[in-house]
Amino acid sequence: MLVNQFLLLSAFLFCTGVYGVLARRNAVMVLMSIELMLNAVNINLLTFGVLHGTVSGQVFALFIIAVAAAEVAVGLAIVLLIYRNRSNIDVDDLDLMKG
Amino acid sequence: MLENAYLIPLLPALSFVFILLFGKRFKGGDAVHWIGIGVVGVVWVLSLVLGAQWIDRSEDALSGGGSSYEESLVVVVGSSGTGAGVLLGTEAGEGAPAPIAEPVISQITWFQSGGVEHSVGTYVDGLAALLLVVVSTVSLLVHIYSTEYVRGDVRYVHYYAFLSLFTASMLFFVLSSSILQMIVGWELVGLCSFALIGHWWEDSANSSAALKAFLTNRVGDIGLLVGMIILFFGAGTFDIFQINDMVARGEISHLVLLMASLSLIAAVMSKSGQFPLHTWLPDAMAGPTPVSALIHAATMVVAGVYMIARLYPVFYEGFAINTSSINLLSFIGGFTALMAAGLAFFQWDIKKVLAYSTVSQLGYMVMALGVGAWTAAVFHLFTHALFKACLFLGAGSVSHASHHTFDMRKMGGLKKHMPVTFWTFAIASLALAGIFPLAGFWSKDEILIGAWTGQQSGYPLMLFFGAAVAALTAAYMTRVIYYTFFGEYRGHGTPHESPKAITVPLVILAGGAVLGGLANLPSPAADAIGLGGIAHRIETYAEPVNFLAPLGLTVAAPSLAMALIGLGLALSGIGVTYLYFWKGMGPQGLSERNKYARAGRTFFENKYYLDYLYNDIIVASIKWPIAKATYWFNQNVIDKVVDSVGEGARDGGQFVYRYIDQAVVDGTVNATGTAANASGESLRVIQSGKVQDYGALLFGAVGVLAIIFVIVI
Amino acid sequence: MQATGFDAWAVSLVVFLPLLGALVMLAVPSKEEETHKLIALVSSLGALAAGIYILVQFDYDNTSELQFLVDKSWIDVINSRFIVGVDGLSLPMLILSLVVVPLCIVYSWQHIPEPGNPKAFLMLILVLATGMNGTFVSHDLILFFVFFEIVLLPMYFMIGVWGGPERKYASLKFFLFTLFGSALMILSFLALFFVAEDPSGTALNTFDMRALSQWAGAGLSLTTAVVIFGGMFMGFGIKVPMFPFHTWLPDAHTQAPTVGSVILAAVLLKLGTYGFIRIALPILPRAAEQWAPWIGLLAVIGIIYGALGCLAQTDMKRLIAFSSVAHMGYVMLGISTLTTLGINAAVFGMVAHGLITGILFFVAGSVKERYHTLEIARLGGLLKAAPRMGWILGFATMASLGLPGLAGFWGEFPAILAAYQPAPALSEELFRVYMVIAALGTVLAAGYLLWLYQRTAFGEPTEEFADLEIADVNQYEWLAWTPFLLAILAFGVYPNLIFSLTDDTVGNIVSAFGG
Repeated sequence: MLVNQFLLLSAFLFCTGVYGVLARRNAVMVLMSIELMLNAVNINLLTFGVLHGTVSGQVFALFIIAVAAAEVAVGLAIVLLIYRNRSNIDVDDLDLMKG
Repeated sequence: MLENAYLIPLLPALSFVFILLFGKRFKGGDAVHWIGIGVVGVVWVLSLVLGAQWIDRSEDALSGGGSSYEESLVVVVGSSGTGAGVLLGTEAGEGAPAPIAEPVISQITWFQSGGVEHSVGTYVDGLAALLLVVVSTVSLLVHIYSTEYVRGDVRYVHYYAFLSLFTASMLFFVLSSSILQMIVGWELVGLCSFALIGHWWEDSANSSAALKAFLTNRVGDIGLLVGMIILFFGAGTFDIFQINDMVARGEISHLVLLMASLSLIAAVMSKSGQFPLHTWLPDAMAGPTPVSALIHAATMVVAGVYMIARLYPVFYEGFAINTSSINLLSFIGGFTALMAAGLAFFQWDIKKVLAYSTVSQLGYMVMALGVGAWTAAVFHLFTHALFKACLFLGAGSVSHASHHTFDMRKMGGLKKHMPVTFWTFAIASLALAGIFPLAGFWSKDEILIGAWTGQQSGYPLMLFFGAAVAALTAAYMTRVIYYTFFGEYRGHGTPHESPKAITVPLVILAGGAVLGGLANLPSPAADAIGLGGIAHRIETYAEPVNFLAPLGLTVAAPSLAMALIGLGLALSGIGVTYLYFWKGMGPQGLSERNKYARAGRTFFENKYYLDYLYNDIIVASIKWPIAKATYWFNQNVIDKVVDSVGEGARDGGQFVYRYIDQAVVDGTVNATGTAANASGESLRVIQSGKVQDYGALLFGAVGVLAIIFVIVI
Repeated sequence: MQATGFDAWAVSLVVFLPLLGALVMLAVPSKEEETHKLIALVSSLGALAAGIYILVQFDYDNTSELQFLVDKSWIDVINSRFIVGVDGLSLPMLILSLVVVPLCIVYSWQHIPEPGNPKAFLMLILVLATGMNGTFVSHDLILFFVFFEIVLLPMYFMIGVWGGPERKYASLKFFLFTLFGSALMILSFLALFFVAEDPSGTALNTFDMRALSQWAGAGLSLTTAVVIFGGMFMGFGIKVPMFPFHTWLPDAHTQAPTVGSVILAAVLLKLGTYGFIRIALPILPRAAEQWAPWIGLLAVIGIIYGALGCLAQTDMKRLIAFSSVAHMGYVMLGISTLTTLGINAAVFGMVAHGLITGILFFVAGSVKERYHTLEIARLGGLLKAAPRMGWILGFATMASLGLPGLAGFWGEFPAILAAYQPAPALSEELFRVYMVIAALGTVLAAGYLLWLYQRTAFGEPTEEFADLEIADVNQYEWLAWTPFLLAILAFGVYPNLIFSLTDDTVGNIVSAFGG
C-alpha cells in the first residue's frame, strides 16, 4: 500500500492547522485550526495502523476524537467567557502573561 | 587559711555583685559603704591571719620541722652580714643551711584541652602573703577615706562596687597559681582602673583618659599574651611553680626565656608605667583621688613589678642577670626612674607630681629587679605602697580643703590650717625621699646596694641612675611641700582640716611610712637597736630562694657607706630646694630672663659658690634642657606616635572600607547580579504574553530541530 | 549503639517540635496574635525541655561517642539515611540554638517589627529553629545539607519582609551568596559519595559522616581531595563568613530585624564553622593540612580587616556586624591550627560569640527602638538616659573585647595560643606570624569597642534627645537578656563547662593531624 498520499494529506492538513493557530486572531478560528491538526494526526495514526496491520492506530484515533470533543467543549466555554468579559474574542488582546 | 586562700578574693567579688544589685536599696545608697568596708575588713583580717600562718610555716621550715621538701630544692640561705655578698646555693659554704618553706598551692581544674587539665587556684608564699596584706590594708583605708571624700557622689554605689571588684581582682591576681590566671587578674584590674578613671564620665576628658589608660595597657598586653604563650610552650604548662622550677633546673632553653622576658617586659611597661608606655598614668589622675591612691600608686601599678618578682627565674635567666651585663630590665627601670623624676619638677597639679613620682619609683623597683636585687624590689614595693598611698590621700585631703583644686598655685600656707594633713604628708614625703630612719630609706638603700654589688660585678650606670633619682626625688617633694603648705594661701575661701574619716587613714599610713622599714631591717641596724631577731624578715620569709639559688643569685650585704651616700644625696636634694624656695637663693624667675647671661654674671658675684654649682649646673640643667626636652619628647613624640597610630588606623579603616571593601570586593558581588539582570532584560523582549507568539517560537524550534534531525540522521 | 525508648525520640523532638508548632499555627487564624505567641513559645520551650533532657541524660564520660543515636532508612535510592545523634561537639551548639530561640520569641512578645503579622514572623522563627537544630544533630551529609538549606528561606523572608529600608537588596544578597556556597558544597558531598571506598577498593557510596570520617580520604589523590575540600570551604566559608566572602554579613545584619540579627549572629554563622569541624576536617584531613595555611591567612586578614572596618563605621549595628567578621576570624584561626587547643577554642569562641554578639544586637535593637537611629554620632549618654541598658551594653562590650573572666576571652586567647604551635604538618613560623597579628587584633578590638561605648554611653545625651524620655530595660527585655548575661559570666569564670564537653571529640578529630 502506498502511504505517501495519506501522509502528504496529513502534512497538508497539519500545516494548515498550524498556520491557522498562529495567524488567525479569532479564537474560534484558532480552535478550529487545532481540530484540523488533531485530525491530521488521526490520519497519520490510521495510516500507520493499517501499514503495520495493528488496531492500536484506530484505538488511538478514537481516543483522540474523544479528547478533541472534550477539548472543543472546554475551549468554546472559555471563548464564551472571554466574550462575555471583553465583548470580543481577539486573542491578541489576551496578553496578561506578558513579562 | 593557707589552703583556703581562695576566700580572700572571693569575698570582695561577692560584695561587688551584692553592692551592684542591691546597693541602691540601702537608704539611697549611703549605707552601702558599710558592706564594702565590712568585707574588706574581713579580708584584711584573713590576710593578716594568712601572713601569720605563713610566718609560722617558714619558721617551722627554718627550724627543720616543716613538712616534706624536695631534695633538690633544699638550699642554703646566706645569713652572714659581712662581706660584699654571699653566694646562695649549693656552693655557698658559709651560713647555716636552712630549708625554705614550700609554697602552698591549692588548685582545681579550670579547663582541659587535649586531655591536659589546666588549673586555677591559689599560690601562697611569702611574696603573695606580703602583697595580700599591702593590698587589703590600703584598700581598707581607702574604703574608709572614701566615705568622706566621695560623699554625695552621683554614683556612690557604683564607686563602692568597683572598689570591691578592684580589690577582688587584685587579690585574685596576687594569688595566681598559673600564668593564665595572672592574665585574667591583670586584665580585670585594668578594667577596674578603666571604670574608676572614667568615674565622672559626663566629662569627655575623663572618659578619654580612661580610654587612653585601657588602650595603652592593651598595647602592653600584646606582650603579655605573647610572652605567656612562649612561656607556656617552653614549659608545657601554665603552672607558675612548675615553670619556675623548670627554669631553676635549667630545663628551658635560654632563647625561649629571653623571648618570653622581652615580650613580658612590654606588659610591665604599660601596667607599671615604664618608659615609653608610661604616658597614661599621669592622665589617669582624672579619677577620684582615693582611686589614684589605691590603684595608681599602691597596688595595681605594681602588678608589673609583682609579675617580674613572681616569675623571677624566667627574667633572671632570660636576661642573664647573673652575668651582670646591662640588661633591658635594669636599663628601662633606671631610665624611667630618672626621666620621670625630672618631669615631676614641672607639674603644677599636685597629683601629677605624685604620678610622675610613682612612675619614677616603679622604675626604681624594676631597676632593682634588673640588677638581681629581688628582696630590695619587693621591700621597696611594700614601703612605697604605704607612703605613696599616704601622699595621694594627703593630696586628696588638701584638695578637699581648698575647693577641689589640685593646682598648687591655688594652694599655699595650708600648714597652719591643716596640721594633721601637713605632718602626715611631710612624713610620707621624707619617707619617699629616703630620710633615715623612715621606711623609704631602708628600701632605697637596699636597691642602691644591690646596684652597687650587682651579681658578678656591680652596675655603675644603674648606681648613677639610682643616686640621681634619690636626690631628685627629695628635691621635687620639697618643692611640692613648699607650694602646698608654706607661703600664703592663694585660693578661695578658708581652708579647713579634713574630718576624721580622712585624717585617720592618713595617720595610719604615715605610721606605716615611719615603721615600714622594720619589715626588712639590715642585720647591723637591727643588732644596733637590739632587735637582731627581726632582721631581713622579707628576705627570710618571701625570697623564693629555692628557685633562685640554683641560678646563682647573689644577695648584697648591707653597707654603711652606701647608706650614708644615699642619705646624703637625699638631704642635699632637700637642702638645695630649701635654699632655692625658702631662702630665695639661686636665680629666681630665671625663665623670664636670659638665663645664661644672668647665670654667668651671678656665678662670680655670689659667695655661695657651692649653691651656684647646684642651682645653675645641676638644678637648672635638669630643669631646663633635660626635663623640658624629656617632657617635650613625652608630649610631642611619644604621645604623638600613640595619637597618630590611632588616627592612622582610623584613616586606614576608612580607606579600606571605602575603596576596597565597598568598591572592589562588594563591587564584584554587585557586578554578578548586574550581569544576570542585564541578560534577563534582553531576553524579556520575546516574552510578549501572546500564546500565538509562544506557539510560533515552539513550532519554529521544532522545525529547526527537525531539520537538524534530518541532516544528522 | 542505637538509642531506645524515649531516648530515641529525644533528638527528633528537639528538631521537629518547633516545626510542629509552626504547623499548628498555620491552622490558627492570624488575628489571634496572643495564641500564636503562646504556641510559638510553648513549642520552642518544648524543644528546649527535650534538650535539657538530653543534657541531663548525656553520658559525660563518653563525650566523644555519638549518643541518642537514631539511624533509620530515609532515601534508599541514594543510600541517604536519617542519622541523628549528639556528641560533645554538637551538644554545646545545640543547646545554644535551643536557648536562643525561645529568648528571641520572648523578646518578640512586644517587639514584632514593622509591618507586624506575628503569625508569619513567629512561624519563620520556628522553621528556622528546626533547620538550626537539625544541622547540629544530623550525621548524614544529605540530611545535613537539607537542614543547612532550610535555614536560608526563613531568614530570607525575615530580612526581606521585616527588614530596614534596604531590606530587598540585603536579603537577596544574603540568599544568593550563601546559596552559591551551598551549590559548591553539595557538589563536594556528591563527590565524596562517589570517591570514598573501603580498603578493599569497593565504593562506599554512602553519605554517612561516621563512615566517611572513618575512611578519612584514604587512597584518594591529594589533588582531588584538595578540590573537594575547596567546595566545602566555599560552602562553609561563606556562611562563617570569612574574608573576602563577608560582604553579605554587614548588609544582612544592618537590615535584619533585631531578632533576625540575633539569630543570625548567635547561631547561623556557627553552622559554617561547625561544618568545618564536623565534616571538612575529619573527612579530608590531608586536604585540610593543605588548606590550613590559607584559611589561617584569611582568618588573620579577617581579624585586622574587620577591626579596621569597625573603626570606619558610623552606625552601631553595622559596627557590631563588622566585629563579627573579626571574631569569627579568631574562630577560624583556631580551626586552622588543626590542634586540640585551637579547635576547642574555636568551639568555645562559637558559643561565646553567639552569646555576646547576640546580646549586643539585642541592645542595639532596643536602642534603635527608643532613639529611632543607630548613628553613633547622634547617640550619647545612654548611661544617663537608661543606666541599666548602658550597663548591659558595657558588659557586652567588655565581653566582646575579650576581657578575661567573661566568655569572649576563652575563645580568643587559646586560639592565639594554639597558633604558636600548630599541627606538625603546618609551618610553625607562618602561624607565629599569624599569632602576633591576631594578638594585635585584640588591641584594635578594644579600640573600636571602647570608642563605640564612649560615644554612645558616656557623656551627656545629645541635644537632640536631651528632652526625650528614654525607657530603661523593660521586663520582656530582662527576661530575654538575663540568660545571655549569666551564661557569658558563667562560661567566663569556669570555661571547663564547655572545654570538658568538646575535648574528647576534638581530640578524635585532631588525632588525624598527629597533634
